Amino acid sequence: MPLTETPAVEARDLRRTFRTRQGALRPTRRTVEAVRGVSFEIAPGELFGLLGPNGAGKTTTIKMLITLLIPTSGSASVLGRDVVGDVREVRRRIGYVFGGDRGLYERLSGLDNLRYFSELYGVPPREQKERIGSLLELVGLTGREGERVEGYSRGMRQRLHIARGLLHDPDVFFLDEPSIGIDPVGARELRATIAGLREQGKTVLLTTHYMFEADELCDRIAVIRSGEIVAEGTPTQLKQLVSAGRVLEVETYGVSDDAVEVARGTGGVRSVVVEDRGQLQVLVVSCEPGAEVTQHVLAGLDGTRVGRVSHRDPTLEDAYVELVTR
Amino acid sequence: MRQQVVCFWLQLKILLFSPFEGFLAVVFPLMFATAALLVYQVNGDPAAMLYAGIGAAAMGIWTSQTVSATTLVQRERRAGTLELVVAAPTPFSLVLLPITFAMAAIGLYSVVATILWDWWLFDIALQVENWPLFVLSILMAAVTIALFGFLLSVSAVRYRTSWALGAALEYPGWLLCGFVVPLDLLPAVLRPVSWLLAPTWAVEGMRAAAAGESPWGDLAICAAVGLAYAALAAWLGVRLITSARRDATLALT
Repeated sequence: MPLTETPAVEARDLRRTFRTRQGALRPTRRTVEAVRGVSFEIAPGELFGLLGPNGAGKTTTIKMLITLLIPTSGSASVLGRDVVGDVREVRRRIGYVFGGDRGLYERLSGLDNLRYFSELYGVPPREQKERIGSLLELVGLTGREGERVEGYSRGMRQRLHIARGLLHDPDVFFLDEPSIGIDPVGARELRATIAGLREQGKTVLLTTHYMFEADELCDRIAVIRSGEIVAEGTPTQLKQLVSAGRVLEVETYGVSDDAVEVARGTGGVRSVVVEDRGQLQVLVVSCEPGAEVTQHVLAGLDGTRVGRVSHRDPTLEDAYVELVTR
Repeated sequence: MRQQVVCFWLQLKILLFSPFEGFLAVVFPLMFATAALLVYQVNGDPAAMLYAGIGAAAMGIWTSQTVSATTLVQRERRAGTLELVVAAPTPFSLVLLPITFAMAAIGLYSVVATILWDWWLFDIALQVENWPLFVLSILMAAVTIALFGFLLSVSAVRYRTSWALGAALEYPGWLLCGFVVPLDLLPAVLRPVSWLLAPTWAVEGMRAAAAGESPWGDLAICAAVGLAYAALAAWLGVRLITSARRDATLALT
């Protein structure tokens, strides 16, 4: 069922295949299906999260939506405009920000970067000064705009990216892992900026690895795994996928793959993930409701040094991990 | 128009702050001129020295433009800005054009620097009969070489290794454009290639203006070839961007 009659973003059975060639004398060709039939809708004013592990197809999906990649098949539209057939109009109405250090002219000042992109995005000359001033204020770079970008911290660059993406006042904003590599204070400020976008009525598609970020910001979340959407719903709905059960955490030192497989094969166990925490390996065991698996799991760890054993309620991260490791 | 002017100015700022491009622009033209003039000096013919002096001036623009223009898109790729400028509503050709003209402005410096270098080190005083037409010919050389660079840079959007083309064209271009060797000395089979290179006509125009002859015929052909470069680059730009979007080569470094 469509969310609205005219969604801000709509993807229908979107697919993207990459072909690679290796070797000069005896070239071998390989086909990689990065996105395999992704469909979703985002309502106007909604903040939609796309979660998935590295290589799941998040960035490829976003790049098709922002017209940087042509889908192999399927269709997508932004504000009713086809991303293949109506490229110019789509580009006028969207903003795009990706995470990391790149994407700015290092030798220009922050202000000159914004002036440059204002011209490329057709911001009317009369509005440029005021618009740039208000965006610098919004992202907290007022007073630093005259400095060259090469001297900016990663957080400052990321905030400048946000300002650049908003220069032409886009209706739909795509944020591809914007908080990657930013310190906790910077990430908190960034989340406040993103929340502010929603309050302004912007439609936002956000990809992130951080569950608490998705939980805090997103109205709805789609989890993507190996190019396919495996779950979609509000953060609460996703948590409910695993909330009926419990999570057992077992601290181990040097757990073997065989022991993990034994745990996985235990009745009542939904999934087992091994998390490295310093010298510890923590077995995160998601259990069915009412299942008593602790004794079986510990028996399977015979010969492995075991530390603390604890139980807790599932989180959104558990739901995510379970979805992407099924 | 405003977009072109503002982007030209900001790109010129980037180039002026770049130690690498600065080194290329300042030192290379002088070294090339020195090498060419040392060879010509052996004969002790003042007319030949003037011939080589004018050609050496244009040689600097050719070198800075062809090499820089083909690395231009690669530079945007490395900076992570290529996808952003492609995703902008402004046609990509209009993004590249001010960048290539910023490079042409740097190239113009090399002409002036080379002429002063020739005068200071080799005592070659330019005897120009018609200065306005001589300057116009220099500008035509700078603009048409920029347009040639523009054409090369567009191809680099789709083909990542085409930056090497600029480096490969550098030295053959000196011969094919007749900068320091008369075209009559080249094999007849190569002459059509020379005619397709706008700088050939621009340098002929410079020499004609210096000698007091009419450069208009050469400059008209130079302008026509330069416009053909621009039209071809604009046409190719759309197709190569579409091809890059289909084959996912925009983000690859």
